[in-house]
This record gives sequence, structure tokens and C-alpha cells, in this order.
Amino acid sequence: MKILVCLSHVPDTTSKINFTPDSKEFDSTGVQFVINPNDEFGLTKAIFLKEKFSGNVTVLNVGDSSTEPTLRKALAIGADDAIRINHIPKDSYSVAYQIAEVVKQNNYNVIICGRESIDYNSGLVPGMLAELLNLPFINGCIGFEPEGNNATLIREIDGGKETLNSSMPLVIGGQKGLVDENDLKIPNMRGIMTARSKPLNVLEAIDVNSKTTSISFNKPKTKAACKFVDADKVQELIVLLHNEAKVI
Amino acid sequence: MSVLVFTETWNGKFKKSSYEAVAYASELAQLLNTSTTALVIGCDNCEDNLAKYGANKIISTNAKYNNHAFASIIEKITKEEDPSCIVLSQTVNGKSILPLLAIKTNASVISNVVELPSSTSPFIVKKKVFSNKAFENLQFNGDLKLIAIIPNSVGVRENPQSAKIQKIDISIDDKDYKTQSLNIDKAAGKVSLADAEIVVSAGRGLKGPENWKMIEDLADILGAATACSKPVSDVGWRPHSEHVGQTGIAISSDLYIAIGISGAIQHLAGVSSSKVMVAINIDAEAPFFKAADYGIIGDAFDVIPKLNQALKKFKN
Repeated sequence: MKILVCLSHVPDTTSKINFTPDSKEFDSTGVQFVINPNDEFGLTKAIFLKEKFSGNVTVLNVGDSSTEPTLRKALAIGADDAIRINHIPKDSYSVAYQIAEVVKQNNYNVIICGRESIDYNSGLVPGMLAELLNLPFINGCIGFEPEGNNATLIREIDGGKETLNSSMPLVIGGQKGLVDENDLKIPNMRGIMTARSKPLNVLEAIDVNSKTTSISFNKPKTKAACKFVDADKVQELIVLLHNEAKVI
Repeated sequence: MSVLVFTETWNGKFKKSSYEAVAYASELAQLLNTSTTALVIGCDNCEDNLAKYGANKIISTNAKYNNHAFASIIEKITKEEDPSCIVLSQTVNGKSILPLLAIKTNASVISNVVELPSSTSPFIVKKKVFSNKAFENLQFNGDLKLIAIIPNSVGVRENPQSAKIQKIDISIDDKDYKTQSLNIDKAAGKVSLADAEIVVSAGRGLKGPENWKMIEDLADILGAATACSKPVSDVGWRPHSEHVGQTGIAISSDLYIAIGISGAIQHLAGVSSSKVMVAINIDAEAPFFKAADYGIIGDAFDVIPKLNQALKKFKN
């Protein structure tokens, strides 16, 4: 089974988010970057599938050379080879377009992405990629069992689950649940050593116009301090929620 | 060049998020000096409801539930109506349909939108980024603009119009159904997290799954949905579908009550777009108190039964 896992290189979940003084760009000073959590579930699933069916796991990132440690980490976790498309992402469309061009030249059985990245939260790349390739798309995927040229999948829906059948190849928007949290792998020393000699191929980007332009960033207004209510006077909370906040 | 809005239904009825999408679309149409056309698939004679929120024309059709097929239907209507903007709500299904539709219609798309455009020439909208920690203002480069709004972010506002209802048949090619739904497993009679105005959530402070009765009682009294923190879903006290936070479900309720949840940054990332937050925690140092609007420092096992009793009295 040939599996492609698309990885986003994102600020660690505990990072403080700051922008450059002109508010036009994210300020990455002092920020630790990690594999996007939703993608990490997909990567682990891919490694499990390889163990079961044999095959090859390729990881891919669209970014400049600063994202290579993230790809090396994925190789240390167990991916076989990596591709970096040398392009600073401008919008979801330009990223999906770059990935689609790589997929067209390779016969992957499944392309696993995370349902959204925790930085720009657009949640568009996986579905755009599927549609550019005219492939089935399963979003919010928490179960994937291939059988021959078909697969049974489970996706999370409002207040429940949906089980689906799809032909392969297909594109998955994965998330927590695709594998258990406890199954996520931390690279060991041997993995880190072997990762150094695994192939990391850099491809030049294709010229494509982005469909949106970032103008500026701003941070939410800081909230007023918490109003405390005595634990013995819970009715005061009800009064505040009713009269002041007007939410009950 | 109207504004086209896709309205989702479940079991023949509209979701609240659909009314919100129509209200947003009609306010956008006013800014653009045009009219609002609503498209609904699978509505059981409930089209009229959309006029109340500002639809001038309602196109109603039927098709088997399938996100690929729904994207194809919206694409067909887009070709006929030639709108300048398409609006939809970023529900679970909306999130699946959106990127497919963007490619099919060659539209520019912005998701996670929380407000009307700040300017329509150039066309700039504000979206949430960095998991609720910031906003980004983005400009559309294309002519056809696709806007996906976060449910419960702009609110449902009435704007009654007299609307024409046009019922049509659309044939969909088999090849457009790229997946087959085998089974849908939904808890009946519960308020779904995505639609909930009030969410009652609890964490490890509850000490065990057997103690959730008082949380469910509180949710029942308030007509709220129940949710939980990540550690609670990880150990299996509550189903993963209740986990709110960065790797779970992101919500933007009107009122979020966090009981026995310390308030890790990953948890806050998924809930902090709620309009009002209440923290109840025995630990006065719990980080949630820094994010909350109202707080009670106290033992949940003492506070919640008292709160339930007082709320019952208040509701009567």
C-alpha cells in the first residue's frame, strides 16, 4: 500500500501567538514548531497500515527549508521518505494545487491529511485536494479499514458517527480517533538515527495564483477580570447570568 | 449577481445554523445592494421559514444525503443563478462540502468567518486563526466569493421577506456520489454540541463517570448540551464526541460552564469563542479563572447540586 501523509508544520499548542509590528505576519520568534496534531493521528495510522499491509509511507510538506525538522521527525517516527515542496504557503488553494501535482505523478492508494491545521484553521486543503484529483473525500475521519480496492470509513458527525464505504484511492481529513491518543509514537534514538539517512526530496513549486490575500492580523480584546461568586451563594451567579450576561 | 446561501436540513427540518446563514446572507446582500437566494436540499415543506430570515427566493430540491452530491447540486445552482457570493454555515457537513464546492465553482473561499465584511471593495472579511488566539483579515482575489461562517458566531436575526419558492428536480450522476453512507449512529433527543447555545462541560474534577448525573441534570435544566475535557474522553469516562478543545470539537456557545476543568491552553483554544464562560473549580489557581467571566471557587460536589436546585426554582 502506497500512502501519502500531508503534514503541516505548526506552532506548538502552548505557544503564545504574536505578530510582527506591522501586524502583517506571524512572528515566529521563540516559537517551537510541531507536526499539526490532526496530521499526527494520520501519520500513526499510516504506519499501522504499512505494518499490516506492507508498503510505503511518504510524508509531504509544503513550505520552506525551516519545515524540514518536522519532516525528519516524521521519518524518525516511521515514515519511509519525505517530500518538501519548496513554496511558502499563501492560501489553501495554492497548497492543495501543489500537492495535487505530486499525487498525479505517483500512484498513492490513500492520501491522509489532518482535517485542519491548528494555525490557520481553514480546513480546506484536504477537500480541495480530493476535488482537484476527482477522488472521494472523507472528512473528520475516525476510522479507516481498507479491503482490496475499497475501504470502510467512520466519520464524526454532529452528535454521532457515520459509517461509509468508498472506493480507493481516496483523500482523508483525519483527526483524533483515527488512532488512539496512546498510540501516537514518540521517535526513539534508533528512529532519529535512521531518519538522517532516509530520502528527503525537495521539489520546486509550480507557479499558481493564490485566491485570497492576507491583509493583517489582530488579537482578541483582553477579557475583563473574572467576577467571583461565593460558593454558598450560587443564586447570585444565576442573577448575574440572567441580568448582566443575559444568557439564561 | 445575488447572494446564494446553502441551508442544511436534518430529517426534513432546518438546523438553527441554517437560519443564521440566511440572516448573514441577507445582510451581506443589503451591503451589496442585491437579493438573497436560498438553496435547500431535503426540506419537508418548511421552505417558508427561510423568508423570515431574509431570503427573497427559495430554491428547494431533494437528493440523498451525500456531501459530494450536495456540492454538485450547489455547483449546478451556482451556474444558473450566477451569484457574486455563496454563504454556508461551517457545520460538520458544511466543512466537507465547502472545499469541494470551491474547486468545482473555481471560487475564492474564506472559512472560519465571524463577521460581515469590513469592506466590500476591496472585499475583506475577518476569520478566526490560531485556534481562537487571533483574527486574520483576508481579501478575496476572485469574482465568485465563497464565505463559510462559524455556527453561532454572528447570531440569528429576523428580517422577514416575501419569498418566491421554486421547487425543482435535479438529476445527479451516479459518479457524483463518490461515497456511500452505510449507517448513521446519532444519540436521539440530545442537544447537539454544534447547535447548542449553552454547553455544560466537566473534567477530571468529577473523579469518575458515575458522577455525571448532576452534570446531565444541570444540562437538562438549562436545555444545554454536555461536553467534557480531553483527559475525560481519553480515559473513556465520556465519549470522544463530547470532547471540546483543540483536538476535539471547537464550539462558540452563548454560555459555556466548565466544571472541574483546570483550563489548559488546548482546552481554552476550543471553547474561548463562547460569549460568556463560567468556571467552577475547587482550585483557586486554576488557569480557567483567568479566561472566565464568572467563577465559583468550590467543590463541584457541593456547588452543582445547590446550583441545580436554585436553577430549577429560577426556571419555575
